[in-house]
Amino acid sequence: MKAVLALVWKDLIVELRAREFIGSMVLFALITIVTLNFAFDLSGAGREESGAGGLWIAFLFASVLGVGRSFAVERDRGTLEGLGLLPVPGGTLFLGKFLSNALFLLLVQLVSLPVFALLYTLPALRPMAILFVVVGNLGLAALGTLFSALSASSRSRELLMPLLLFPLALPIVIGCVRATTMVYTGDGGETWPWFNLLAAFDVMFIAVAYAVFDFVLEE
Amino acid sequence: MDARGTRSRTDSASTGAGRRGTSATTRHDLALTALGAVGFITTFIGIAMAFLYAPTDRVQGHAYRIVYIHAPVAWLAYLSVGVVFVASIGYLWKRSMLMDRFSRAAAELGFLFISLALVTGSLWGRPIWNAWWSWDARLTTTLILWFIYLGYFTLRAYAGDRDRAARYGAVLGIVAMIDVPIIHQSVKWWRTLHPEPVVVRASGPNLGNDMLVTLLVCFIGLTVVFTYLLLLKVQVEGVRDHLLDRELDRTFGTDLHAHPHSHGMVTRDSSVSHAQMPGMPSSPGLAPAPTSFADDTDRDHDHDHDRRVPTHG
Repeated sequence: MKAVLALVWKDLIVELRAREFIGSMVLFALITIVTLNFAFDLSGAGREESGAGGLWIAFLFASVLGVGRSFAVERDRGTLEGLGLLPVPGGTLFLGKFLSNALFLLLVQLVSLPVFALLYTLPALRPMAILFVVVGNLGLAALGTLFSALSASSRSRELLMPLLLFPLALPIVIGCVRATTMVYTGDGGETWPWFNLLAAFDVMFIAVAYAVFDFVLEE
Repeated sequence: MDARGTRSRTDSASTGAGRRGTSATTRHDLALTALGAVGFITTFIGIAMAFLYAPTDRVQGHAYRIVYIHAPVAWLAYLSVGVVFVASIGYLWKRSMLMDRFSRAAAELGFLFISLALVTGSLWGRPIWNAWWSWDARLTTTLILWFIYLGYFTLRAYAGDRDRAARYGAVLGIVAMIDVPIIHQSVKWWRTLHPEPVVVRASGPNLGNDMLVTLLVCFIGLTVVFTYLLLLKVQVEGVRDHLLDRELDRTFGTDLHAHPHSHGMVTRDSSVSHAQMPGMPSSPGLAPAPTSFADDTDRDHDHDHDRRVPTHG
């Protein structure tokens, strides 16, 4: 646990100094949110129905951009070997990277959610909506961290990341969009089944990625 | 030597797989061929029954007959995911290249069967639903699985070397298998929790006995064909691995034998230029070549931009 926190701390310090991820992810999410308005007309009457979809597309793309590169930058900097030499199991490395990725995503959403709520006058900051942002984040970060490690050394990681993440993260997209839409429209639909599904998804993939990460990093 | 030399060598290796082995491998080949024959014959009987024996559906007419191919093919597509899953665990656990060959073979077959399932389903949907496609839970899950397999092949193709391709493929194989049921569940809820005009699944009247028997024959026939193709493909992958090892040996000399991956640059050119070789000496048939991938732990950390070994496909 101490090792995990140390890894997260290291990622935070690196980010604080290099400002490589959060800034670009925030800008990307914002420009996507704005551009989606022209694709779906999110200012009109039907925005409660499609607003959540736009929001989660933005988050998904931002996570490819940010989480997807988290291992690639380690490799490019030549620090991946250093991480591999740490006297901790692969699962610990995964947890560290996973937590810092989830934290980065959360920071991105902390900025873009209020902007989204303000631009489209949607109740994006209701506790229920935030709850789904958090469970969605954990799943995206878990799968994203795993696939980031798998594609870090690949020559076509820009293709690999979405190709792996989009289909496998489909339950997150569907669940979060559906549940968030229910919150926006206020039609009193049952959101808890989605929460349970997403929570199970998160737990399962954090556990699986933790278990197999030794095999991913072994070089 | 020209490219022809390489090709004829590959041919002799694959066709000679049984010849050069002991009588045990010959018997093994014979059994495999018999299995294939049984499978194809049963499938043909099943297809014949579908057209001649099974009655015409009262609601759907003749169009429904495609189900006799479609349903078994779809079942085998999903079975392949299970095979990849088990073989992936087997590979990570035992580090046996044989397990990875099973993964490779099942994945390629699975991709083929999923494509067939999508195409046959579409052909059926056009007259019955009046649409090529419907975002029904099963269809959507199958389509997503198709993309997951594409991702699987892409991941393996770009992984760099064979060992890494096997490891990465195994990790994805496990993750995908766990994910598919969740994807299916979420897509199902996506449809049911969100009211939409649902295309009624025309299930027709209760399945009669003659229909059931025909379907069963097709299921058995195609499953045997699948098994046959899987085992055959595993054999082919074995020959491919074996040839790759030989090419590595020939290109870089036997002293580097223990580290095939560190020096694993095999381009088409190098394999052609080194194709000159005296026949196939007695070598361990389809068994993994002397190089064990299992204990090859001291590979270097070069950037592998230029040393990609063709893995499959």
